[in-house]
Amino acid sequence: MLTIENLTKRFGENIAVDAANIHVDKPAMIGIIGRSGAGKSTLLRMVNRLNDATEGSIVFEGEDVTHVRGAARRHWQSRCAMIFQQFNLVPRMDVVSNVLHGTLNRRSTLATMFNLYPTSDIHKAIDILDRLGIAEQAPKRAEALSGGQQQRVAIARGLMQDPAIILADEPIASLDPMNAQVVMQSLRDIHEEDGRTVIANLHTLDTARRYCDRVIGMRDGRIVFDGTPEQLTTGVARDIYGAGADFSEAATSTEIETLDKPTTPANAYV
Amino acid sequence: MAAVLVAIGRFGEYFMAYLDGTSAPDVGTIRDTYVAQVQKRRLYSGLALLVFVLLMVSGFNVADDRNAGGFWDGLHQVGDYPAEVLSEAWERRASLPGLMWKYFPSLIETINIAAVSTIIGAMIGLLLSLLSTRGLAKWPRLIPVFRRCSDIMRAIPEIVIALVLIFVLGGGPVPAMIAIAIHTAGALGKMFSEVAENADLKPIEGLTSTGATWAQRMTLAVLPQIAPNYVSYTLLRFEINIRASAILGFVGAGGLGYELRNSMAWGPGRFGEAAAIFILLFGTIVFFDQLSSRFRNRLTEGQGQ
Repeated sequence: MLTIENLTKRFGENIAVDAANIHVDKPAMIGIIGRSGAGKSTLLRMVNRLNDATEGSIVFEGEDVTHVRGAARRHWQSRCAMIFQQFNLVPRMDVVSNVLHGTLNRRSTLATMFNLYPTSDIHKAIDILDRLGIAEQAPKRAEALSGGQQQRVAIARGLMQDPAIILADEPIASLDPMNAQVVMQSLRDIHEEDGRTVIANLHTLDTARRYCDRVIGMRDGRIVFDGTPEQLTTGVARDIYGAGADFSEAATSTEIETLDKPTTPANAYV
Repeated sequence: MAAVLVAIGRFGEYFMAYLDGTSAPDVGTIRDTYVAQVQKRRLYSGLALLVFVLLMVSGFNVADDRNAGGFWDGLHQVGDYPAEVLSEAWERRASLPGLMWKYFPSLIETINIAAVSTIIGAMIGLLLSLLSTRGLAKWPRLIPVFRRCSDIMRAIPEIVIALVLIFVLGGGPVPAMIAIAIHTAGALGKMFSEVAENADLKPIEGLTSTGATWAQRMTLAVLPQIAPNYVSYTLLRFEINIRASAILGFVGAGGLGYELRNSMAWGPGRFGEAAAIFILLFGTIVFFDQLSSRFRNRLTEGQGQ
């Protein structure tokens, strides 16, 4: 389905992503973990074509999208929705309009500039908001919502694109643990119910373990681990994060429960 | 009226829902309310668009009626004059450098007018801005007076002041200089006072505690904070004033504009000179634009050394 081969991104001297190879043959929920600066964001941004790759290729269902330009590139972008850490909504517009932005690639520029969307799309947008549990917020301005609600609006915008892939760049990094759980569960539900592939950059191990079928670990631009959550032992995690023996999973956790967990060695080093 | 009835009906629905104990409206209701809201918004923007189009059409017709020539008859001739100038200038391209050299003194005069008026205008503008900024003004009660002063200076077009002054003082660069300086003082007074409003008041309080006078407080506590912005606005104004002083030449205030009007009014035969002046003017504006944008960037970004 999605094949990424030797994907490399250089910024002058620095190599942000170094020859990444990822193969996804059936819809999955994939978590990418690693320290900040490991190249996770750059990888996702290259897949969405927000950044151009220096080398390598991205092939989706037989079509090479690495270098497509203009309308073809915009069409590809509409097929792989992106969710950002800071939500990237238009703050002064209402929630439904923000969700309707997901249809921009399909509609004419003139109609959308005057905010003219078909009623069926408006209904669909509100249904998606309802699915994510925030239908009551529909007429409010996006800026009036809490962080967790805004992130769900951003997910709704992504769903409105009816994408094959959802790329989530640190979707929960600026949320509190409760909201983080709601957002991650929404992404998991979308994967399970719609069969869409979700690729999420996550900065905590336990989130990746709990919600993902497959975990990819990155360090200094290289992919150093690719496997199931079960294969992700504490030793491997230490490698990914470049941490010493004092590393424990609880240290990177944002889960509420971990605060109550006794942090005895037996528990921390799985 | 219908909208009111719908609103009452909707309120009733909510009220019934409230009585049922299901206070949150269901998706259907949310859909309907939102779509109704969207339709109302569309109606308003449609009306606004209609008003806009009507104004455009009627305004155009009024202008077309009053026009001496008529818009549609003249439209296809728009390119004729520039084409004539360009073709003649091309024929005489060999003489252009000589002509440019001939008009160089006029260019210096134009730049001179702009420079002097910018400096004088900036100084008056600075005084006006400090006197009309809340928290800094020497006489807070007179703030509206100084604000209106700078409003008036901005409101009267330079060309009107220049024409009046040329009538009184005779033609030449001085009336143009005064006219542009007045406009500059008004415009910079406004911009400066917006910058000064954001100045930190603590240093001023510090100087007040040492027994400093108003002028000392302004020059020593306020100016250092706002100087980079002031200079950058003044440079921007200098560019604008070069253009303005060239235009004022057309009404007899000397400089490049005066020569340009002469060569254009004399018609065919002197278009080579018109072209040379255009090139000079264009080159000067580009030059100062580049210079001041580089300078401004340094001032606003690299505030330290």
